[in-house]
Amino acid sequence: MQDLTRRKRFRHLFILLFTILIFALPLVLNNNYYLSVLVIIGIHSIVVIGLCLLMGYAGQISLGHAGFYGLGAYTSGIITSTYHTSPWVAMLVGAIGTGIVAYTIGIPIFKLKEHYLALATLGLGLIIHIIFVEEVALTGGPSGLTRPIPYLSIGGLELSNDFKYYYLVWLITLLAVIIANNVVHSRVGRALRSIHGSEFAARSLGVDIGKFKLRVFTLSAIYASIAGSLYAHYITFISPSPFGLMTSIQFVVMAVVGGLSSIWGPVFGVAGITVLTEALKTVVPQLIPEAGGEYEIVVYGTILVVIMIFLPEGLISGLANLYEGWRHRKGQADENS
Amino acid sequence: MSLANDILQYVLGGLTMGGIYALVAVGFVIIHNVTGIINFAQGEFVMMGAMFMVTLTGIGLPAPAAIILSVILVMVVVGLIEVGAIRSAKRASPVSLVIITIGISTVLRGMALLIWGTNPYKVAPFTEGGPIHIGGASIVPQVLWVIGTTAFVLALTFFLFEYTYFGKALRACVVNKYAAQLMGISPGKMSFFAFIFSAALSALAGIVFAPITFATYDMGLMLGLKGFVAAVLGGLSSTPGAVFGGLALGVIESLGAGFVSSGYKDGIAFVILLLVLFLKPGGLFGTSGSKRV
Repeated sequence: MQDLTRRKRFRHLFILLFTILIFALPLVLNNNYYLSVLVIIGIHSIVVIGLCLLMGYAGQISLGHAGFYGLGAYTSGIITSTYHTSPWVAMLVGAIGTGIVAYTIGIPIFKLKEHYLALATLGLGLIIHIIFVEEVALTGGPSGLTRPIPYLSIGGLELSNDFKYYYLVWLITLLAVIIANNVVHSRVGRALRSIHGSEFAARSLGVDIGKFKLRVFTLSAIYASIAGSLYAHYITFISPSPFGLMTSIQFVVMAVVGGLSSIWGPVFGVAGITVLTEALKTVVPQLIPEAGGEYEIVVYGTILVVIMIFLPEGLISGLANLYEGWRHRKGQADENS
Repeated sequence: MSLANDILQYVLGGLTMGGIYALVAVGFVIIHNVTGIINFAQGEFVMMGAMFMVTLTGIGLPAPAAIILSVILVMVVVGLIEVGAIRSAKRASPVSLVIITIGISTVLRGMALLIWGTNPYKVAPFTEGGPIHIGGASIVPQVLWVIGTTAFVLALTFFLFEYTYFGKALRACVVNKYAAQLMGISPGKMSFFAFIFSAALSALAGIVFAPITFATYDMGLMLGLKGFVAAVLGGLSSTPGAVFGGLALGVIESLGAGFVSSGYKDGIAFVILLLVLFLKPGGLFGTSGSKRV
């Protein structure tokens, strides 16, 4: 019992430290390029936190989250640019709408298992993406929404630069972490983990598997939708290309690289992958001057494979395990000497 | 042109694409059955087949030699990948293995971009000659090559799996990996063979397909995806199912593009996929329902 309280206190301490880090970071890194990378990391983290709840705790893979991300972005973009409503209202409409879509489509989808489920979500994501491309009258088609999307504002303060937007995005990311943390450590969270452990055992103990999976799926879709709205108001222009299959795959990659069993995993996974891609853009041309983007793709893929071979539980658990192993060996060496 | 002619034309076009999907789908099924991996790099195997063919015919090799050499090259590359990446990831969970195959496909696509660039390449058809008319529809001769190759290769696969000692060993791994191991069959070796055999099928798909379309470095993505869809439609573990899934997907797509809207061609395929999954969750040929704990 005492151990539990200590773990809880440790968790709260971690959130506090993380908050301080986030708020201090822009004061140190006062450079627009870094800030914009951090904003994108924050936005993607929100999606991946939701995905991680679904994958790590409910054990269900989704290859269609870019679709929900896009639904949020397009709802915000279309409503604010056409009807000039408040972006916050549009964001709410997007979140509720996406939640309803996810819940409705989730009812039949969650009757499926394993690979079929992954494929069904993949199909769903692709259908949503095709609608973005084809419904030209509504979405502007492949070239995107031409009407301008307004910036977000709080009170009279327009969040039109990276510095202000950084704080908004990370505040919401932090909120997303805290909500996810509470979900994971509540009765619902235990039910979810029991589903991941063994569906049959969970069911025999009276856990309504379908209901929980569906709720988590809906929650993760809402997360993605809010992230999409934030993206739309940050870039102030949207086209279908960032909401395709590659983005869905990228989200899953980020979740797995970060590690599925920790609620902090997603933030590290997103940061790791984003920093890696950005770093490759700078480093590779220096090493091989005549290189184009091709080398970056090859190096990126190779690193991904290597991480998964050597740290299959993701960066956080993987590094923790390596450290434990090292400490264990060191302890043994000390005993021997 | 009458409606019947239209339908005939679309069905023939659909069967051509469907043959390609079927080859990719069978490759998926073989790897999945033996190793349990959903191989997201399958489409890149197809692309490599087409691209090697482009290069080898480009340096003046006659078509038959180029075909054989391309298939061998793809098998060598995939064999190296199996030994280098898949086998060393013993501890990885199924999701991690999926991510590994995604990484592999990224590497292969990047390499292809390095070697061949973004240009689309044209491969000469295997036989010269004008379009052939069947009923009111007309097809290019290469279509016959696609359908013929698909039929021949699938028959060969069937024979290999059903009637040879090697095929029996592979199937034993599918039924019960542990028991197979006790009988002296090495699952590692079988995984290797499954990968290179599957690679050969996909490479052939790319090679016969290249003269119909343009070969590009990124052609593998959509082909791999459609192959996956076809495999799932067929139940993911059944070879005849995969063939049927591939052909059905090709025809449905082609009819959808012709009669509804070409922009929604892929959308129609995926809507049908979702409907099939919802109505028959184990795929059309799958053994759905019970699952052991």
